[in-house]
Formats: sequence, structure tokens, C-alpha cells
Amino acid sequence: MGLLSDPNRRRALINLLTRLNAPICVVCYMAGVAWFMGLAFEPFTLRTYMSENAMGSTMVEERFPSGERAVATGREFAAHKKKVSGMPVEWLVKTMQARGLEVYTQRFSRTLPFPDENKERYMVKGTNVYGILRAPRAPRTEALVLSAPCTPGDNNNQAVGLLLGLAQYFRNQIYWAKDIIFLVNDHDLIGMQAWLEGYHHTNTTGMDWSPLQGRGGSIQAALSLELSSDVVTSMDLVLEGLNGQLPNLDLANLFYAFCQKIGVLCTIQGKLQRNDWDSVSGYSHAVQTMMLMVMKQASGRPWGDHGLFLRYHIEAATIKGINSFRQYKTDATTIGRLLEGMYRKLNNLLERLHQSYFFYLMPSLSHFVSIGYYMPAFGLLAVILLLRALDLWVQLATPPPTTEDGIADIEQSSPGVLSVLTPLVISHLTGAALYMLPIRFQEMAVEHFPVSETEAVVLTAIAVYTAGLALPHNTHRLLSGEGTEQGWRVLKLVALLYLAVLLGCTALINFSLGFILALTLVPGAAFVTPHVPKVLSAFVLVILSPACTLLFSVFFFQELQEMPVSFLDGWLLYLSVISQGILDHFLYGSLVYPLIALLVYPCWLLFWNILFWK
Amino acid sequence: MAAHRSCRPVWLFILCSFSLFIIAGSQETTVAPEQHASVLDNPQTAAETAEQTAGESGGVEERRWEGTEVRDAAAQKQAEPAVLQPTPQPKDDFQEELVVRPLHSGDIYASFQFRTLWETDFMRGNKVSHYRLFPKSLGQVISKFSVRELHISFTQGYWRTMQWGQPYLPSPPGAELWVWFQDSVTDVDATWKELTNVLSGIFCASLNFIDSTNTVQPSASFKPLGIGNVTDHRFLRYATLPREIVCTENLTPWKKLLPCGSKVTVFVSLFISQKDTFGIHLCVNAASFSFCVLMYSCCSLQAGLAVLLKSEKLFHSSFHSQAVHIRPVCQDWQCKTTSWELRQTLNVVFDLHNSGQGKREWSLFKMFSRTLTEACPLASSSKIYIDITDNPEGEQFELSPATSLLSQAMVLGDRRTFSVYDLTQQDTFGSVRSLNLLIRWKSTEGDMLRPLLHAERYVAGYGLQTGEIHTLMYNHHPYRSFPVLQLDSVPWYLRLYIHTLTVTSKGKDNKPSYIHYQPSKDRVRPHLLEMLVQLPPNSVTEVTVQFERALLKWTEYTPDPNHGFYVGSSVISSLVPSTVAMDTNSTRERPLFSSFFPCKEESSYFVRVYTEPLLVNLPTPDFSMPYNVICLTCTVVAVGYGSLYNLLTRSFQIEEPSPGLAKRIANVIRKMRGVPPL
Repeated sequence: MGLLSDPNRRRALINLLTRLNAPICVVCYMAGVAWFMGLAFEPFTLRTYMSENAMGSTMVEERFPSGERAVATGREFAAHKKKVSGMPVEWLVKTMQARGLEVYTQRFSRTLPFPDENKERYMVKGTNVYGILRAPRAPRTEALVLSAPCTPGDNNNQAVGLLLGLAQYFRNQIYWAKDIIFLVNDHDLIGMQAWLEGYHHTNTTGMDWSPLQGRGGSIQAALSLELSSDVVTSMDLVLEGLNGQLPNLDLANLFYAFCQKIGVLCTIQGKLQRNDWDSVSGYSHAVQTMMLMVMKQASGRPWGDHGLFLRYHIEAATIKGINSFRQYKTDATTIGRLLEGMYRKLNNLLERLHQSYFFYLMPSLSHFVSIGYYMPAFGLLAVILLLRALDLWVQLATPPPTTEDGIADIEQSSPGVLSVLTPLVISHLTGAALYMLPIRFQEMAVEHFPVSETEAVVLTAIAVYTAGLALPHNTHRLLSGEGTEQGWRVLKLVALLYLAVLLGCTALINFSLGFILALTLVPGAAFVTPHVPKVLSAFVLVILSPACTLLFSVFFFQELQEMPVSFLDGWLLYLSVISQGILDHFLYGSLVYPLIALLVYPCWLLFWNILFWK
Repeated sequence: MAAHRSCRPVWLFILCSFSLFIIAGSQETTVAPEQHASVLDNPQTAAETAEQTAGESGGVEERRWEGTEVRDAAAQKQAEPAVLQPTPQPKDDFQEELVVRPLHSGDIYASFQFRTLWETDFMRGNKVSHYRLFPKSLGQVISKFSVRELHISFTQGYWRTMQWGQPYLPSPPGAELWVWFQDSVTDVDATWKELTNVLSGIFCASLNFIDSTNTVQPSASFKPLGIGNVTDHRFLRYATLPREIVCTENLTPWKKLLPCGSKVTVFVSLFISQKDTFGIHLCVNAASFSFCVLMYSCCSLQAGLAVLLKSEKLFHSSFHSQAVHIRPVCQDWQCKTTSWELRQTLNVVFDLHNSGQGKREWSLFKMFSRTLTEACPLASSSKIYIDITDNPEGEQFELSPATSLLSQAMVLGDRRTFSVYDLTQQDTFGSVRSLNLLIRWKSTEGDMLRPLLHAERYVAGYGLQTGEIHTLMYNHHPYRSFPVLQLDSVPWYLRLYIHTLTVTSKGKDNKPSYIHYQPSKDRVRPHLLEMLVQLPPNSVTEVTVQFERALLKWTEYTPDPNHGFYVGSSVISSLVPSTVAMDTNSTRERPLFSSFFPCKEESSYFVRVYTEPLLVNLPTPDFSMPYNVICLTCTVVAVGYGSLYNLLTRSFQIEEPSPGLAKRIANVIRKMRGVPPL
């Protein structure tokens, strides 16, 4: 700080920063990207380790014997499901009661804001069934949850069968210290949302549900099971939850430890772990795994039924059984033993899972990148915005050489306030329109155009987004005056600081989203001025806008999943992703859509405005 | 009436029987001769006495129901020489009983009650120093702290009202203590503090954690159960410790308070199983008579129902609750003299699934890994009751050995029928000299019950800033509404917003007719909320109140702060309309003239329901890395803020380099000369 308090040195430093501003920014950007790519390199990452002492070792005996019977129960469930073509509530209630559980049901209904074409549902009505295993001599203060969704078609029957089998086995054990809730939820996430809202008696999304009758106190941890075949080759762990929230890393560690112990192949993002980290292909495998996690986290949607638990501070994960063409198969008994071991360990918990990390990325199941390691990558990108802001600040502070008297200065800067405020307000109004109009005008759009409701919403959103690009003309019509040189500088200064704060906050909550937005928005924001070639820069700016970022992300994600799509398919996928994003917001309270519409898009419009400054 | 068999006669009896055995050699002879004519052969008497009991009905609060006095006839006819010896009439009396209730769910509920009555006055000037059946440790507590009533319970688990119905003696999870002091006590708070510490030692429990932050003085919910009508709640203290874990270390001191409950030596416990399984025959066959006598003399201190109190079985259950109640009661109906009643109760529910291995059957041996061979010699009455109300024709379960001795009593508003086994009768033990009751289930239905009053509680909301406590009270009565008294004691770190208190039933606002609220003081006392609410028939009444979670000082967190903080059960006390009064066909069995106006005693009964305790997470700092936190904060504050503030406020000037020594000297000289300095 002595450096700054000495005016001479301060001047020298500022000179240096302003003179070398552009090269420093470029270097920072490169360094940021390089740092991020380095995160997946195994020597730079940490090995996972169990932090929670209560779950320290895997020394429990797993004795679950009845995998075959569980699979048979699953078949029975499938038959009943087919018979009633939906959730076989009565059968489930009876079966759970026969296993000695306290059984309750919850009815719920929800009308979506517009039809969901992916899952083909609009007016959803369903029933959740759950049975509580009361722990002996426990005062109903703590509970664990095991859930399996009841999905239409032939999926997930084995999961329900295994859930019932585990319930029967668990019921005969004496060692439980926490109540265990076995939940079969209807209509996957909507049912789960209804159940969680009912359990905690909140209503965040305007759903109708009947109140719950039985509870087990505060839920400590939850696992959601997805299993669609009698035997599996590997178990996949899904962590990403609503708004990019992740469960405590110890839950992943627990899963990994028991997979190792029992000898089940385990994957994350569907990718097996590889040992050849020093080879190029090994490294690119790790990068792929990590990038998949980043993309999924950035989407802000729950990637499994566990995703909604995280809002209630309940550590949760989804475990998926994957059946591929590999030779080595694992049967239901082994999966049951895996779950038994995990639940016995969770049962031992004295406190909530809190010892390990909540913010991390995983390039493989055995390695993780903690917040301390990945944050600098974002910091290097964000510092560019601050450097550019400093540069502008210095330029604004030094009096322009042409006018020497103070009066001229004041006259020049006084329209500045208005010229800053007007684009700010207008761009935010556009953002608000982008947020409100698609849902409001879907009926009108359906009446006047030959499209379905879903298409109407998505196309309205795209139309509003595109219409916003005409903003500079509107602003200037309102201003009815020439924008000054000072004016755009002030506007850009404000916009840069705004973007820096915005991205900083986003990255703190959801690093992946913040980083991806920074990656695309920062270059445009840093170098846009009214004096660059218009057409070329306009093209670059549009390419780097949030909507195009989403489009590229869709293609990139497909590429990562090794399921590349043609452009037309990609475009259709893009449209459905937009509609899913809007639905996620209205159904589960995901914040990505309002964040983009209300804050990021208006911020980007400010830079668009600067480009067309007259 | 009853022959109070004390230790000495028993000795004589034992010695007699030993000599008999030695004479008879290995031949098995029955000690109990034909003189043991029992009521079993006389069903008429049983029916008569049953009716007599049914007519009686206990008080509203602590319903004490009399067993049939079947002992009299048998005892009089007993022709053993030992009993005929005159004994001085003792002023104390000990009774023990075990009630077994097969539950709908297939589980089984066993409730022990041990009652010691002593006609003495602890409060008199002269000290009571001679103790016989009454435990000295408790007697001293009563006299030292001027206790009028003391109720303490230790419970592990939560009573599942919906599956098990109402318990005979309700208690909340954890420890509960409430005490009425004599009005002669001047400093109640100090006495209470001292008392809790003493009790903590007696029962090996963490009762010393009771302090002003979890003690309340309920104004209406806890009235004295004994005689005396002082109801000034200044002399009442009530506290719960929902976190208390009850284990064998609490059971042992509790057992030691029983006259027939304690084991004397480790040696005995080693042989205890042998004694039970083989009995004295083994000893005789082994021809080591003296050894037998030694063993028996030690064992005889644990006899009667206390034999069944084996901790490894009692804690292998779904619910475990033990309690001690002390109160003054009337000695006779005129209430000329009072005596002290010590009632020790133990309630256990055994789980069908955990120990049944698929078979739906229960026996004393399976439940307690013991069978009964004798009554406690010190007990004036020792009985086992099996609730067979739901099983009149034996279609639900089968009971063996069968007994024709029946008893009826009004329990919790319902007329229940019990099979009675009198342990003071040798016949009860049959030819094998041990009683192993067996209940074999026939049907397999296990429906949820609909108890008339039922309550549950939970915390609503998410996040660590605010929350809402919901209490649901169910009135399942089809047409009667009844008032309930709700008592909530909430720790200070949940700051209740009492203006958000709402009481709704059937979607309408339900205004409580009485509210007593005492706001909390941080770190001094908890919130106390008592309400009298009328529950409409067949309805759910919901009480909600919002709260804010306080940020504690860092030393106030428990060692496991992320576990959460407990809020004790809320207590719901009520006079519930009884099911007997609900029964419109009750006129069928009774004479018409007796049944036009509802009898007050039978029309309602007292019930206390405890809700589950709550576990609430408070905002908790990350204790795992205090060092990092302190370092980081200090660095940010010292370096970042300090320098920035410095930069913003200070104006900078370029300073002249300090003048050299020669110049300074020159300036001094110039100053002396009066010339301006250089």
C-alpha cells in the first residue's frame, strides 16, 4: 500500500496500467482460460478423502440378501402400473404396510404455464406414496430419505422394487437411529417438489398439494434411485442440483468408498475413471468430465430428483444404474448392499454433513477441484473488467486537452447523467419484457400464428430478444441529442462495473454459470467502443451475446456427451432448451432464466448501445 | 386382610422347602398342597368382583384402578406355618403389577408399576431416620427440599399414538421433571437448582443441565396430582431435556429404588440365569446345600416382577420410558392421615418386526428373557394383567396359560377387560413352577388407530433466518368438541413472533379462550405459551407461530452445532370425552335407571399428549477452520480497509527533505538574532 500512498509511484503505476491496459487484459484472459483448463490436470487436483469422522471407514457389514425378490417386486409393480396406467397407489400402500412401514399419501396437482412438449404434460395430477420406517427409541427428530420416481413406460420399475426390498430388510434391523422415509414420487420432479413443499409447508411455486400427515423431523440426507434393468454394469452418481447447488462432497466420497469396497464400477457424468492422466487422451477425458459438470451446473436445472432437496439444506444425490454392453454385470443384491452400506453410514451421522466442501468440480470421482483452486480462473477474467474500468476512470478524470476552463467541463458532463440513465432504464425495460411477455402473450400468439403454445413462448422470447437489438435507435430518439464522447465513456464505465458485480455474484453462487458468461461477455465488454468498425464488431458482439452462448453450449454439450447433432437438430434442441429453462423457473424456482432476462441481457444491451453510440 | 410376607417368613419357608426336597430326594413333589384353593375354581367370585371394580372409577387425573381382590380367600386359607406367625402391622406397603397390552400393530406394550405407600410425615421437625420399603435417598430428598410432589420421567423414543393408542402414563422423549414445593419454601429457584443437581446424582442423568433457560412455571397445565389444594404456580417448576439419552446407567439406579429390585453381588448375576432355568432342583441334585442357600439368599433380593427388568431386553425395544412419581395421598377415605406414595413405572413397547422373526408370538421369556417363579416377598400384591378387551372370543390372539380370573377397569375412558395372574398364588406358576405367559397372534391386521386426541408438530420453512412452528391437534371425536390446554416452552434462541400466532380449525380462526404468554429473555429464560383451545368435533386445529433464529455467541454453541438445537415437546392436556359415553348402546348392559344422565366420571377422562420434540438448525459458523477465518478477517480489515481509508482521507504533499545539521544550527543562530530562518 506504500506503493499507492506515494503520489509519484501511484502515478507511475497508473501510467503503466493505462499504457499497457490492452496487453494486460489479453494476458489475463489467456491466463484465465489456461488456468481453467489446467484444473482438470490430475497433479493439480486433490484426491477426495472422507472428512466426516462419523462416516470415516466403510466398516459396516452389508447383508442385504434379497435382490432377486426385489427385482420380482419390481415386475409386480410394473404389472400394476400398467394395469392402472399410472401410479399404482393402492398396491404401493398395501405393499409398504405389509413391510411394516407407516404409509401416507399426498395428492398434488399443477397446471404448467405452458405445455411441456418434452414430457408431454400440461395439467399434472398425481399422488406420492411414502412409508416411514420409525427408528426404535428415536424421538422423530431426524430422518433419511430414499426415493424412486414412478416414471411412465417401462423405466424405473427395478428402482421401486429395490426400494421396497430395502424397506423390508431395513425394517427388521434394530440399529436405526434416524427414521427412514421411502418415497415413490409421481411425475418425477413435480411430485418431488410437491412432497418437499408439503414436508416443509412452504409454497414457492404455487402448486396445489394436500398436506402431509406423517413426518420424520429434519431430513439429514437423501438419495434418489434410478434403475431400469435387472442387472447393471455401472452406477452413475449425479450431483448437480437446482441453481447449480451441489451436495456436500462427503456424499460423493461415501458413494465412491462403498463402490470401491463392494466392487461396483462407478462413474460420474457417465465417465469411468482413467489412470493414464499423463497421456493426452487421459487428460482430455478428465477435461471432458469436468466440462460436462460445468455445463450441467451452469444450466441451473436439477439433473435428478435429488436436485430439489438441496434448497432445503438436505444433502442429496441421485444414483443411476447404467446397463451398457460391458461384460461385467452387477446384480440387484449388490446394489442393495451398496445402498445398505451408505444408509448405515448416514445413519451414524451425529451432525449434518458439513465437514467437506460444498463448492467443487470433479474431473473424476476420485479427484476434485475446490473453490480455492477454481476461483482464480474466474478472477483473472473479472479483473479485465476492472482494469478497463480503471482505464476509463483515468481518462475521465484527466481533463480533455481541448477545453481548459472548468465551465466547459461541467456543461459537457451534465448531459452525461441522462445519457447514462436512459439506456440503463430502456435496456432493463427490454429485459423485463423478455421475462414477462413470452408467458403473457402465448394465447395471443397461438391465435394469430399457426404454432403450438410451447413454440409460441419460445418464439416470443426470441422475438423480444431480437427486438431489443433495435435499442440504440430508440434511445437516441428519446435523447434527441448527440451523444458526447464523455457520454459513452461514462456509460461504459457504469456498464463495466455493473457486469463485474453481476458476474462476481453469479460466480459465487454458481461458478460454472459465472465462468461461462464471463468467458463470452468479457471480451466484448472490454473492447467495444463507438469507434471500432461497426459491422464486424456488431457481428462479434452478437456472437458473444447470451443467446448465442446458449446455442453454442447446446452444441458443445452434445459434443461432450459424444452425441453430436446436425445443425437443424441442434436448433430444435436449442428451442426446447429455452422452453425447459422457462419451465424450470416456473415449476421449481430455477433462477437462471430471470438472471439472464432481467440482468445479463440488459447489461449486454448496454454494450450494444455503446457500439452504436452517435 | 393381606398377609404381608416379610423377609423372615420367607426364609423359613425356603428352609422348609429345602428340607422337604432333601427328604424327597430327586423325586419331584409339589410344595403347594391342596390348601391352595384358588378363585380359579370359583368363577362366580371372579365375576362378582369384576363387576364391583367396574362400578368403581378412579379420579380424573391419575386414574388408579383397583385390581380385583382375589387374594383374600386364598390368603386366608393358606396353611403354611410361616404365614401364621404374627407380624407387626407395618406402616408401609408395597404393590407391584405388570400390564401387558397386545397392540393392534402386532407390537406389545408392557407397563410395570411399583407402588410404595408409607404413612409418615417428612415435614415434621424430627427427622425420619428409619426406612424400610421406602428408599432412603428419595426420602431424604423430600424432607431436605420440602418437596410436595415430584414427577420425573426418562424416555427413549416417541410414543406412537396413531399405532399404539394412549399410554397409561405419557411422557415426552428425553427427561422431564416437574416438582411442586411446599409453600414453606422461601427461595424456590435456589431449592430447585439444588434439587435438580441432587436428582442428577441419584438417577445418573444430566438433570444438572436444567437451569433458568429451560425451566418454566406453567400456570394451568400441571396441577398437583396428590392431595392438597395449593395451586399457586410460584411453587411449581417444570423442565424438560429433550436431548437426554436414556440408557442402562439410568435404569440401574431406578431399579435400586425397588425393595426387590437390586442385585447385591456380581457373583449373583453370574448365576442368575442358572437359578432361573433350573431352579432349586439343580442345587439339590448337586448336593451342595450350603452353596444353594448362599445363592438363594443373594437372589431373593431380586424377586417378583423386578426379575424381568433386564436392561439388554428393555433397551431392545421400540419405546422405553421409566418414571418416578412421589405424591402425598390419603390413607383412608376420611383422609385423616396422609401417607406418601412412591410410584415407579416402566413402560416398554416391543417391536414385532425386530424380534419376531416373522412369527407373531410373544412370551415373557421372549420379551424379558426371563420367566417368573415367585412374587416379591415384600409385596402385598403382585399381579400381571393382560388386556384382552379386543379379544373376547379369542379370535385375535391366544393366551396361555389360560386363566379364568378376569378383571374389568375403566382405563382412559374405555372399559377394558383383563386376565389377571396373581403371583402370590402358587397355582399361578403351575406344575413347572415358572410362569411364562404366551400370546400367539391369530389375525394379521394392523390398521392405524384413530385415537380421540392426537397431536403432532413440525418446523416449516427453509433457510436459516426464520421459520414457523406448526402444531396440529386432531380431535377425532365424531360429535363432541372439547377444550385442550397447550403448553409450549421454547428456548430463547428461537425468537417467537407472538403476533404471528394463529389458531385455525376447519379453515376458520379459532380464538383461544385463555392465553398465558411469558416472553423470553436472552440467555435467562425461555418462552412460555399456554393456551386453552376448543377443538371442534372431527377436526384438525393448527397452531402456527413464526420465529427467528438467533445468532449465538461462539461459546454458546454445543460441541456439535451442526446437529441442531432441540425444542422440547409441547404438552397438550385435556379432558377427553370417553368412548364409553360415546357408546349409545351402553344401556344394553346396565339398568335403565342408571343411564339417563351421563355420569360425570365416566363421561370424560384426562389425557396428556406430548408432541415430538423439534430439531432446529441455527446459523452456525464454520468452526472447523477458525484459524483461517480469524486470519482472513484480520488481514482484510487491517490491510485492505486501513490502507484504503488512509488513501481516501489523507492529503498528500511532497515533503522538503530535512535540512542538514549545519543548516539547523544556522537557523537556531538566526532565530536568536531575530532574523527569519533560511
